[in-house]
Amino acid sequence: MKKTAMTGAGAAAEAMRQINPDVAPVYPITPQTPIMETFAHFVADGKVETELIRVESEHSAMSVAVGASAAGARVMTATSANGLALMLEILPIASGLRLPIVMNVVNRALSAPINIHCDHSDSMACRDLGWVQIYSENNQEVYDNTILAVKLAEKTELPVMVMQDGFITSHCVEEVEILDDKTVKNFVGEYEPEVSLLKNKVTYGAMQLPDYNFETKRQEAEAIEKAKKIFIDVGKGLSKITGRRYSYFESYMLDDADYAIVVLNSSAGTAKAVVDKLRKNGKKVGLLKPILFRPFPYEEIKSALKGKAIAVLDRSESFGANPPLCAEIKNALSGLNNKIQSFVFGLGGRELLEKDIEKVFDDLAKNRFEDKIRYLGLRE
Amino acid sequence: MTKLLGWKEMKKAGLVEPASSLKVKTGVWKVEQPVVDHKKCTKCFKCVVYCPDLCIEEKEGKITPNYDYCKGCALCAKVCPVKAITMEKAGK
Repeated sequence: MKKTAMTGAGAAAEAMRQINPDVAPVYPITPQTPIMETFAHFVADGKVETELIRVESEHSAMSVAVGASAAGARVMTATSANGLALMLEILPIASGLRLPIVMNVVNRALSAPINIHCDHSDSMACRDLGWVQIYSENNQEVYDNTILAVKLAEKTELPVMVMQDGFITSHCVEEVEILDDKTVKNFVGEYEPEVSLLKNKVTYGAMQLPDYNFETKRQEAEAIEKAKKIFIDVGKGLSKITGRRYSYFESYMLDDADYAIVVLNSSAGTAKAVVDKLRKNGKKVGLLKPILFRPFPYEEIKSALKGKAIAVLDRSESFGANPPLCAEIKNALSGLNNKIQSFVFGLGGRELLEKDIEKVFDDLAKNRFEDKIRYLGLRE
Repeated sequence: MTKLLGWKEMKKAGLVEPASSLKVKTGVWKVEQPVVDHKKCTKCFKCVVYCPDLCIEEKEGKITPNYDYCKGCALCAKVCPVKAITMEKAGK
C-alpha cells in the first residue's frame, strides 16, 4: 500500500490498471477523457493486457461492452453527460442481459445549453435502467468504489456505474491510498461467468413476447434488490484490506443532530466542513451522504433520519417533479413527520459555498420550510 | 399447450438454449384450424409444400396438420385443389 497524489480521473484509471479488464471500449468526452487517456497509456506501455477498442461513439462503446461481456470478458468503460445519454439505448440492454459491465461516470451537465461542468443530470437520467449506482465523494472513494464495483457487478450479474463529480473530483489532485497490484488482483479474482457466448451454446437478446417479458423483468428487480446485501458483503471484504468502511451511506455527526443535510458526491465534503464549524458553536447539525443510490436503501435511511429536520440538496432537476434525491428521501420518510425542504443547487457547475450550506442549516433552525423547491446560489 | 414458467423457474435474462423451439408450442393463439376430409384428399401434398410453418405432415398415410405449430393461416385450405381442407374453430 502506498500514498500518492492523483486526480479522481487518475484514481479511476489506476484502479482499472490494477483490475486489468479484458476489454475496454473507449470514446472520449470531457470531463471523463483523462480516465481513458491515462488507461490508454497503460495499454500502450504494456502495463495491462486489456484489449482497448476505439469506437466512433458512446452508443458503439456500450454496444461493444455488451458484446464483449456476453462473450464472457470482464469489461470496463467510462463516460460523461451527453456520452452517457448517447449510451442510453444500450444501458437497459446491459442490465436486461445481466452483464456485469463496470463504468466510471464523471458527472457533467446534459446539454442544452452545452456545458462541460458538474451536475448530476446525466447519471440521474439513468437511475431507472437497472444499473447499480454508486456515488463517490472524493478521489479515494473513486478508487475504492471502482474496485468494489467489479466484484459487486460480477456477484449480482448486473452492470454498475461509479460516479464522481466532473472537474471537482476528476481533475483535482488529492492524496489517494493505492493498494498493491497483487492485493487488487486477488480481491477481484478471475471472472468466470456461469454462462457466456464463448463457453455455452446460448442466444443472448432473443425476442420475448408478452407471455415471458414480465417475468424476466421481475427477475431483474429481484437481482438489484439482492445487490443491497451483496454490496455490504463485498464492502466487508474490501474493508479488511483497506481499513475503510463501505456502507449504503455515510452518517457524519448525524446521530444526535436535530438538523440534517442530505447531499451526494463532492458537495458532502463542503457540507462536512460546515458541520464541523457549526458543531464548534454547539449547533446540533449533521450530514447524510448517500453512496448506494440504486438500489436505494429506504429502511436504513429512514432509521438514520428519523426525528430530524432535513434539507435535501439535489444537483439535478427532475423537471416538473421532486428532484431525484429528494423524491427518494421523501419516499423513505413517508409515514413519519419529518420536516423536509428540497433545494436544487450547482447546475452546470455553479459552485456551492460554505455560506450557502450555513444558510441552509440556518433555515432549518429557524423553521423556514416551503412546499416547493428552493434554489441555492441562483440569481433571481 | 406448453406450461408457462414462473419467474423463479426461468433462466436469467431470457437466455435461449439451442433448438429450444422444439420445446415451445407456437400454435396456441390461432382462431381457426384446418380439418382434412380424407375421403376427398388425393394426397397431392400441395398443402405440405405451401404451409409456411412446415407443420403439415403425412402420418399413417394421412395428411395431418400439427396443431401445436399451426397458426391457422388457412393457406392449405386455399391451395387445396379438391377442397378437402376446411377451416373450423380452433381448439376442438
